[in-house]
Amino acid sequence: MVRMVIDIEGVVLDEGLIVTLTELKQLCGSSDQMLEYLVDEGVLCPQGRRPDEWRFSGREVRRARRALRLQRDLELNPAGTALALELIEEIETLRARLRVLERRLRL
Amino acid sequence: MEYKDYYKILGVARDATPDDIKRAYRRLARKYHPDVSKETDAEARFKEVNEANEVLKDPEKRAAYDALGRGWQAGQEFHPPPGGGFEQREFHFRPEDMAQFSDFFASLFGRRARASEARARRGEDQNARLRIGLAEAFSGTTRQLTLSEPVVEPNGRLTTRTRTLNVRIPAGVTQGQQIRLAGQGAPGGGSGAAGDLYLEIELDTHPFFRADGKDIHVQVPIAPWEAALGASIQVPTLAGPVNLKIPAGSQGGRRLRLKGRGLPGHPPGDEFVELEILAPVAHTDEQKALYRRMAETFAFNPRASLGV
Repeated sequence: MVRMVIDIEGVVLDEGLIVTLTELKQLCGSSDQMLEYLVDEGVLCPQGRRPDEWRFSGREVRRARRALRLQRDLELNPAGTALALELIEEIETLRARLRVLERRLRL
Repeated sequence: MEYKDYYKILGVARDATPDDIKRAYRRLARKYHPDVSKETDAEARFKEVNEANEVLKDPEKRAAYDALGRGWQAGQEFHPPPGGGFEQREFHFRPEDMAQFSDFFASLFGRRARASEARARRGEDQNARLRIGLAEAFSGTTRQLTLSEPVVEPNGRLTTRTRTLNVRIPAGVTQGQQIRLAGQGAPGGGSGAAGDLYLEIELDTHPFFRADGKDIHVQVPIAPWEAALGASIQVPTLAGPVNLKIPAGSQGGRRLRLKGRGLPGHPPGDEFVELEILAPVAHTDEQKALYRRMAETFAFNPRASLGV
């Protein structure tokens, strides 16, 4: 049994965080072309034209990680990954709106 | 440790064909995928399903598991057969996979984990949810997390490592936002680096504030005369009450913006105040007379837009 106590401040994945494609690949543990495919599918929308100019925000990092998890765990192709991700995000948005409306009804 | 019934986890019979197992696994993987499922124990179920699949999809591992016999019940206290047949077999797992699986799994297959240990591989990233209140999101806070996990020692045996993290949450985090703690995920294989730990912020609901990204929404009741004549009223913000000028002639549902009074950031969010007109109940004769005079004085049909 090993015990440790660590004080730590993390990095918030928000608009303030900007990463390159290489950094994004490291963050996602992705070594193949999948991230490029996801940009082609319009799942990820980096700033910049060419892959070496691409810049991804913290929000895109979150989407990329989620997309790669879905793609790997459920063995999806890029188009299927894009569809799953968009539907999941739509459900999240609808759930959030539903929460608001339900609270209003109770007021 | 507890015996795990891998057949039951996948919902298949003990004589299921490899195709049955594959189908059951794929269906459950979709159902419990932590990115898809809303069930609270989705992550744990997903791991369990993966562990069961890892064993049952491989004829050799399945045979070794079946050799334990049928007498076991799920959850029953399990003692691995002493120095039994498994020691002789060669099972290949990546150490970082081993760290994901249960003690039960490790007791059956773990002793050979080092078969592939020489390869340096980065550890898996891990995810956890962190519930914090809106007030904490506004001012920042510190949370203590305790993580326990099995670690594969260089000799291939498993031990438990407990880490306590005092995590500083900066001011201005929003619902669903993630915080990356580099190197705090699952340990790597061989000389590989540890994975990262991602904390996803889950904001508690507040009695009257509602967060939408960095913006804050609040419904504020006002009296009919405040709406009609205009008024300066106090409204709550996350930083404490502030004065807000209500323009004369305001109606219920009107939204007023308090710039920069939402969650902090660059730029900070705004607070949106939605006015809600509350009519006082007339109790006394004098109060009732006042309402009657209003009815006579105003030629007012609140339902004009409904065409009635």
